[in-house]
Amino acid sequence: MSAKALEHGINAFVEQIDRPVASFFNSCVHCGMCADACLFYTETGDPKYTPIHKLEPMRKVWKQKFTFWGKLMYKLGLSKPVTEAELEEWEPLVYDSCTLCGRCSLVCPVGNDITYMIRKAREGMVAAGHAPDGLKGATIRAVEIGSPMGVTWKTVQAQIKHTQENTGLQIPVDQKGADYMVIMSSMEIVNFPEYLGSLARIFKEAGISWTICSDATEATNSGIQIGSSDIAAQLVQRIVDGAEKLGVKYVISPECGHAYTAIRWEGPNLIGRPYPFEVIHILELLDQLREQGRLRTEGTETARMSFHDPCQLVRRGGLVEQPRRLLKMVASNYVDMPDPGIWNWCCGGGGGVSANDRADALQLRVFSRKKSQLDTARVETLVTCCANCRIVLEDGLEHYQMAIPVVGLTETLAKHLVTTPQETAKTETEQGEG
Amino acid sequence: MTVNEILTWVRGPAMQFALVIFFLGVVVRILEMWLLGRTPDLSLARRSGFIPGLRTVFHRSIPAPGLLQRQPLVYLGGYTFHLGFFISLIFFAPHIQLFYGVWGIRWPGLPAYLIDFVAVVSIAALVALLVHRFVNPVRRYLSNGGDYLAWLVTFLPLFTGYLVAHESVLPYAQMLTLHILSVELLLIVLPFTKLTHSFTLFLSRWYNGAMAGRKGVAS
Repeated sequence: MSAKALEHGINAFVEQIDRPVASFFNSCVHCGMCADACLFYTETGDPKYTPIHKLEPMRKVWKQKFTFWGKLMYKLGLSKPVTEAELEEWEPLVYDSCTLCGRCSLVCPVGNDITYMIRKAREGMVAAGHAPDGLKGATIRAVEIGSPMGVTWKTVQAQIKHTQENTGLQIPVDQKGADYMVIMSSMEIVNFPEYLGSLARIFKEAGISWTICSDATEATNSGIQIGSSDIAAQLVQRIVDGAEKLGVKYVISPECGHAYTAIRWEGPNLIGRPYPFEVIHILELLDQLREQGRLRTEGTETARMSFHDPCQLVRRGGLVEQPRRLLKMVASNYVDMPDPGIWNWCCGGGGGVSANDRADALQLRVFSRKKSQLDTARVETLVTCCANCRIVLEDGLEHYQMAIPVVGLTETLAKHLVTTPQETAKTETEQGEG
Repeated sequence: MTVNEILTWVRGPAMQFALVIFFLGVVVRILEMWLLGRTPDLSLARRSGFIPGLRTVFHRSIPAPGLLQRQPLVYLGGYTFHLGFFISLIFFAPHIQLFYGVWGIRWPGLPAYLIDFVAVVSIAALVALLVHRFVNPVRRYLSNGGDYLAWLVTFLPLFTGYLVAHESVLPYAQMLTLHILSVELLLIVLPFTKLTHSFTLFLSRWYNGAMAGRKGVAS
């Protein structure tokens, strides 16, 4: 990498440092408690995985540019600027061994939101050219093709056709004036097509007016994973344009963790303005429908079921109560794993780690935490609501030779959906819309 | 210079110098942080982050689930020396006398034997934490000169203070001189080390709680 790239990187760090970051760096007492919250440390015992240590290059920049003593030392030549070699050394720490899960931010005794800072540090890393190839590839595909997995509108169309045949229901496309616009993650289109079918069936029963937008089906955002706000903004803008074109009232964020962070929490800040529509997570909507009596289920699953809380939806997203309320409608033998809810342990593949093949071995290694959670609770079926968690969980379970099926929450609910005969359903729809 | 002259100098000009550095230092450090500012969050909040922020300011003093068992020494040692430091500072009769001289207000103190006990326990906690910093792989890995300097300048006022009360090493006036010097050292060093956490901690906790709270998470 050139000296110019290094300069870009350092400038990006400088740009990212705001009052909270300065306060956090000022507050750190090197107590090391964040290590005990991080599965990359607890499962490997290697102190280099201590979360706050992953921020060392950015801390150095903060110190040299924004503190009295640091500036003085820097001017006297007593402290050296961040080097190319340092960034190279830190690249795997910032990308391979952090899933942005946010557990460290929850335990830090002085209150540092370390995850907030690592997200920001990635802006500097990528600007300096230090991002993993796997994540770069995914990001390029997202920009050029429209999906990190290379899924095109043709693929979506094929999936729509397939779903229509399977469910006998029409999947609305580009319906102007619909209330809700559905977006999906590539994984849901390719690996878990049952999501779309489940939505079609649930929405039909609930009388929801919805649509897919042919210009904006992709919900994932490689930009926020790699740490490029420019790209992240561009990807968010596609969804915003689609939603504005169709004039929808809501955009439904799918069963994907970081997509929710991207479109719900970072999106308006990335594009620099609030949306004229609201973003609602599918579980929020389903929970509302449950409360209104518009989502009714029958029968229950008898297997010992547990819920894996996706970090970005629960701890970092605020969907704390909804998943269990919904799952308990259909799981008669529900059991929580140790550390449930906001304290859950990451699957190990969030924050772009699963898209970064260099991190594969580490990801499987730290899955031992999930294994021990599953073993303790003697889970027979694992339910989650993030397609990425689901793939990562399946990989981990296979690696550790554990025969536990992993299913999505929406499809589990749809499986038990009470369907009303055609005529009655029509009347209910009209009432619902009135 | 006689012992008394030195003591007078330490109590007078040296203390004034230390206090000026301390206050200027704190003001500069707060300003350089505050002026960085923060862009307003345009995403639609689930609720205001203000109250959740305040909650986290207090709530973060409680260990996270399971962590007290994983790191008992860091938590218990940390509580002990923080509390011990402030109890000895605020409730030791000669200190109260000193504050009375400056501010004209006084409050009841604790008996000397209790302060003695508190000081010994705090010193023991600090020593244990230092040993732990050397022994624990994570803490040793994270530690740099600043951590040891911060430890030293926190330890010295407690340690010299204890010795003043016992007159076992040096005569009273000499030891008191050292004690006051150690306090001045702490005042001068504080704004430029991690000891800044004593005032940024509240802001950090508030940001953490407010950012999570507006999303609907109690952090």
